[in-house]
Amino acid sequence: MADKTELQYTAEHEWVLVDGDTATVGITAYAADKLGDVVFVELPEVGSAVAAGTVVGEIESTKSVGELFAPINGTVAEINDAVVDSPELVNSDPLGAGWLIKVTFETLPTLLSYAEYSAIIGE
Amino acid sequence: MSQPFTQRHIGTDADAQSRMLAVLGHSSVESLVNAAVPATIQVEQYRREGDSTLPPAATEREAIQELRALADKNTVKRSMIGLGYYDTITPAVIKRNVLENPSWYTAYTPYQPEISQGRLEAIINFQTMVADLTGMATANGSMLDESTSVVEGMLLARRASKSPSNRFIVDADALPQTHALLGNRAHALGIELAVLPLDESTTAEDLGDYFGIFVQYPGASGRIWNPAAVIALAHENKALAVVAADLLALTLITSPGELGADVAVGTSQRFGVPMGFGGPHAGYLAVRKGLERQMPGRLVGVSVDAAGHPAYRLSLQVREQHIRRDKATSNICTAQVLLAVMAGMYAVYHGPDGLKAIATEVHERAGALVAALRALDVDVINDTFFDTVRVSVPTGTAEIVAQAAAAGYNLHQVDATTIGISVDETTTAADLTAVVGFFGGRDAFGHVDLDVIQPGLPDDLARTSDYLTHAVFNTHRSETSMMRYLKRLADYDYALDRGMIPLGSCTMKLNAATEMEAVTWPEFGGLHPFAPRADVEGYLELIRQLETWLTDVTGYDSVSLQPNAGSQGELAGLLAIRGFHLANGDVDRTVCLIPSSAHGTNAASAVLAGMRVVVVACDELGNVDLGDLRAKIAEHAGTLAALMITYPSTHGVYEHEVGAICAAVHDAGGQVYVDGANLNALLGFARFGDFGGDVSHLNLHKTFCIPHGGGGPGVGPVAAKAHLAPFLPGHPLAQDDEHYLLGGTGTETVVHGGGPVSAAPYGSPSILPISWAYVRMMGADGLKQATGAAVLAANYVAKQLSGHFPVLYAGDNGLVAHECILDLRPLTAATGVTVDDVAKRLVDYGFHAPTMSFPVAGTLMVEPTESEDLGEIDRFIEAMIGIKAEADAVAAGTWPADDNPLHNAPHTAQSVIEGEWTHPYDRETAVYPVRTLIRNKYWAPVRRIDNAYGDRNLVCACPPPEAFE
Repeated sequence: MADKTELQYTAEHEWVLVDGDTATVGITAYAADKLGDVVFVELPEVGSAVAAGTVVGEIESTKSVGELFAPINGTVAEINDAVVDSPELVNSDPLGAGWLIKVTFETLPTLLSYAEYSAIIGE
Repeated sequence: MSQPFTQRHIGTDADAQSRMLAVLGHSSVESLVNAAVPATIQVEQYRREGDSTLPPAATEREAIQELRALADKNTVKRSMIGLGYYDTITPAVIKRNVLENPSWYTAYTPYQPEISQGRLEAIINFQTMVADLTGMATANGSMLDESTSVVEGMLLARRASKSPSNRFIVDADALPQTHALLGNRAHALGIELAVLPLDESTTAEDLGDYFGIFVQYPGASGRIWNPAAVIALAHENKALAVVAADLLALTLITSPGELGADVAVGTSQRFGVPMGFGGPHAGYLAVRKGLERQMPGRLVGVSVDAAGHPAYRLSLQVREQHIRRDKATSNICTAQVLLAVMAGMYAVYHGPDGLKAIATEVHERAGALVAALRALDVDVINDTFFDTVRVSVPTGTAEIVAQAAAAGYNLHQVDATTIGISVDETTTAADLTAVVGFFGGRDAFGHVDLDVIQPGLPDDLARTSDYLTHAVFNTHRSETSMMRYLKRLADYDYALDRGMIPLGSCTMKLNAATEMEAVTWPEFGGLHPFAPRADVEGYLELIRQLETWLTDVTGYDSVSLQPNAGSQGELAGLLAIRGFHLANGDVDRTVCLIPSSAHGTNAASAVLAGMRVVVVACDELGNVDLGDLRAKIAEHAGTLAALMITYPSTHGVYEHEVGAICAAVHDAGGQVYVDGANLNALLGFARFGDFGGDVSHLNLHKTFCIPHGGGGPGVGPVAAKAHLAPFLPGHPLAQDDEHYLLGGTGTETVVHGGGPVSAAPYGSPSILPISWAYVRMMGADGLKQATGAAVLAANYVAKQLSGHFPVLYAGDNGLVAHECILDLRPLTAATGVTVDDVAKRLVDYGFHAPTMSFPVAGTLMVEPTESEDLGEIDRFIEAMIGIKAEADAVAAGTWPADDNPLHNAPHTAQSVIEGEWTHPYDRETAVYPVRTLIRNKYWAPVRRIDNAYGDRNLVCACPPPEAFE
């Protein structure tokens, strides 16, 4: 599980962990809690191009259907098959085993720091 | 002298009402409602008392006599028209024990699954039947009719296809009503339709680029061809293939699933559901694996309860319009549950062998007809057929059709030289003899040789796969067994025949037996929707009267009864607004303002009418924020199409400012759509058309007594002012396109010139006698009294419970309308007891829960309706107070938060009898929290159901019998 203070964030309640030219993306613990029991996750195809701010997947809970937005421009390098098989991982370990996609990118846009994101969610 | 019906319909008598009024401090029902309804909108401001055109109330006996007279003006002929509607034999055991049984027809949509296991099992039988016959992975719990299912198939293809094309290909041999519906709906969404002749030789070049393709199988002409190659071409083009298939034919020919179809659609009408001049019947929609989450409508799935036993529930509810709003898969909510139950039970009763025998007989009758006609050198066009053929006649088709009609047979005149003939389950040798006779084929003794049978099924499409192998379809062959199965399932469920269903915004009032009487009369059930006008004069008269009465009570000028659900009424109303703006050249008026408190269906319907949703804020009282409304109007001044507003509001309050709201929209060139969901709080006191509405839909299944059927049928007429009337839904096959228009002499008419929204011209006519009878027996005074009693009951509940739960929202003089919202959030914060816990605990007390978490999360919305008596209302109040005391005991630490009667509710008999009792409360508290339950106890058949498990492990077909051991 990643250290939440070292991650970067988006206003769509996603976290981004940058390692070289690859970004790992998931949803925040706050978002997972608000969604409630996650029952279904749909992720983009590996190799597909994604554009920042566009919808690339779905996260369905017993309360609602949330959309997964791409936080950056790039190409999907890997998706978390474990979370497709066991969507409850998004609830039990949102910052770790519940990661969703890895995207290779060329330029990293400006994302939110932990402090900035905490301010958004009022924590 | 019989008692007036009004006193049978309204549960509270004068004595009870005076006691309730005393609690509220009002002297009369009239003064209470006048205090609640803003004076500026009351009907007296707009017309004189006594101006109502409704006839004085009839007694129950008189109403039946009048209905009998209308029925006698219909002529039931042998229908051989086909086109998706076939005569059928409703097994009497199903007619009596389902269609005429209040345990089935008065139930609500199964949102409380623990008390709905019977109909959930019946719906999953239907789903299994459809999935098996179509060869698809998953079928939903029914659609409104075949043609709307095709539209939903097109929209599903648009969502799921990865093709960037905007083009949808339509089989030229599709049903005419399907062509019309697709045209209307695609136009609103900017989808381009291409109608092409399709067959085995169709090439990729013929098709071009497209996101989806639709095939009718067998075709409207009766011909059968193998669409596998066309479907493969579609997949190469990243398009989805939608196939409409006849369920009876599928017992003999290869299923769409085996041919590669992505979506299968159609109707289950011929499985024992009378034609009814067009409806209601259950359409179906099924998908291949991988498309489950793209399905519209309701889907029953299997999950587990708290004890680990299998239990049914509605799956994937979060994808419905009430959650997803403008992003929903569809705007439909109500399905056709009662009719789906009947069709599923038809398959349960006949089983796979019985269905195949029926299909074989139908096919052989068609084959005998073809052979006999060909022996006469009559030109039968079809080389392939299941039950329908077309005959080419160079001259004199009209004479043949007229001769047949005179002899009691309706044939289908396709064009000047073509006649269509369909046979069905009811067709006899005598019928075939008569038909052959119309083509000159009788010998001197009136004899026709029917012994030669021309086979019509293509060899390469013979069905080889199994279907309906589950035990439920292979057990109930005797009537005794079938009767007991239906009784057992009905016993699982909580319907109005057990007690109050106080669901806010659902208006679960009495569905009187007299109102239901005519539904199963053959003169209303046995008519084809496209029968000649001369056959349906009684229906047209009934429809005209009901249209007239509904304009009178709503203040509008014309009504269309065509929409066969509230959602379709919304769509029809918004399409009328769209048509009006387009006719005025206002092509940019596409913005639809919708308050944040609106029902999600509003937003979903607006999107399907080609509009863009802009949300208007509500204030802390749940009313439209006038400041925000004015700002949004200003922002979208040139593009404003409409405002959709519910009145009284979804919060159950008579908004004081509704007149100003409507005026602001009109001033900016917009139209006002008033959602009629809450009309039960208004009838007789105020009218939408008076205070600013331009168009509304009504829910006949709420305010006008059509039973909810466990989740359908519904009827959602759309009513409009004169300027919108020409844009109300019409139909190319309507017997009469002139409709009542309010005017000085009462004889004006208007042509409803919009496109159709339902497969049949008048929607679901066979249940219109219910609403007709209700209005006829209540009269203007009775309808007003019913409103008064409903508003009185809601305010009485609010007052009596206000010391125990905060009551959210009130309008003028602190009064609510016909429903009240109990705020459980403070209780949840203090005790951890949730709205779910309270809802499930109400089951132990013998009640159906009120509406949960709508329009406000964490609350219960209670609508007692006018039909409940004071004893039942007080019993509900007692239960809610009892539950509050139990929650207080949890807060006080008497019971732990995770082991108390609320947390563990509902309690089954098994749960309190089996094994050692380890809970900190006793068994009596669990199941008999009040003593009156000892003699009158509803036992939940399952414990609380795990929603997350069911959505993670999606199973939407009958589980094996061993699962229940």
